[in-house]
Amino acid sequence: MAADDSGFVAPTIQQFFPGPILFVGTPFEMNRIMVIRMLAVIVLVVWLWLGTRNMKLVPGRFQVSVEGLLGFVRNNIAIETLGEKDGKRFLPVIMTMFFLVFATNITGPIPPLLIPGSSVIGLPLVLALIAWVLFIYAGFRKLGWTYLKNALFLPGVPKVLYILLTPLEILSTFIVRPVTLTLRLLMNMVSGHLLLALVYAASSFFLFTLLPQGNFLGLIGVGTVAFGLVYLVFEIFVAALQAYVFAFLTAIYIQLAMAEEH
Amino acid sequence: MHIVGYLAALGFGIAAIGSGIGVGIIVGKTIESVARQPELQGRLTSLMFLGIALTEALCFIAIAIGFIPFPSPN
Repeated sequence: MAADDSGFVAPTIQQFFPGPILFVGTPFEMNRIMVIRMLAVIVLVVWLWLGTRNMKLVPGRFQVSVEGLLGFVRNNIAIETLGEKDGKRFLPVIMTMFFLVFATNITGPIPPLLIPGSSVIGLPLVLALIAWVLFIYAGFRKLGWTYLKNALFLPGVPKVLYILLTPLEILSTFIVRPVTLTLRLLMNMVSGHLLLALVYAASSFFLFTLLPQGNFLGLIGVGTVAFGLVYLVFEIFVAALQAYVFAFLTAIYIQLAMAEEH
Repeated sequence: MHIVGYLAALGFGIAAIGSGIGVGIIVGKTIESVARQPELQGRLTSLMFLGIALTEALCFIAIAIGFIPFPSPN
């Protein structure tokens, strides 16, 4: 915690590494963020189970909400990028990614939890590695070794340029893609949480420390509270957007790997 | 008066200029093309996201650099 003499405490990166609270002393000790991840997954499973347990031909309001989201992922992400056949083939993974990322993101703006489960590198990294293995697998399964040839040697380029282009293609396809998938999700969540925490800390400092001292600069706190509320709504939007982008990019990478020609 | 901060934040700001302009151009051009040929929207949207993903990669790498613990010179 960084504190200067005015008494304002700004949030730091240490917030993402709280001490263990469950099973302390065993190899399975869990800190707050891991507990929140487990909670998010449990809520997600229960929600999906309740929504699909007793399906009616004429759906009720709850069933519509579940079916709407499932249908959105199936039609607008999987089938639209991959086509009818391959879309349904890769649907389970893409669906899992969308819902897992969304469930762990949305714990950021929800009041008692207030930290996104995906704001520590483990979860985004594992999901990005799954996506990485998946698109390489899809390419090899469809095209065999032609996939590597397609991916590394662009057609229609003078042979001399391959000295320059092939390393660039290796870098952009096999290294930059998983790294950016990880960093995009992680950094969006980290910076979103830090900004929210900063706004809350500033509001509390202005309204409860400065204002009772009779300092009218404390009225800035009203502005920071308003900004905090707007930013909270924005964070909910970002949580959904990042889930969409993650699943969508995975689908696009699979589609690019399976394309016959570049 | 002196200002204390991280140089990495400045680096991120500079990186954000580039990716901001890039993402703006990509989204703007996509909107333009959809306005011309609305039936291509699905294909153009996926191309747009691919372009954004490649462009803003630099920006995210710039944020991440700030968290790498470089050895301090003194």
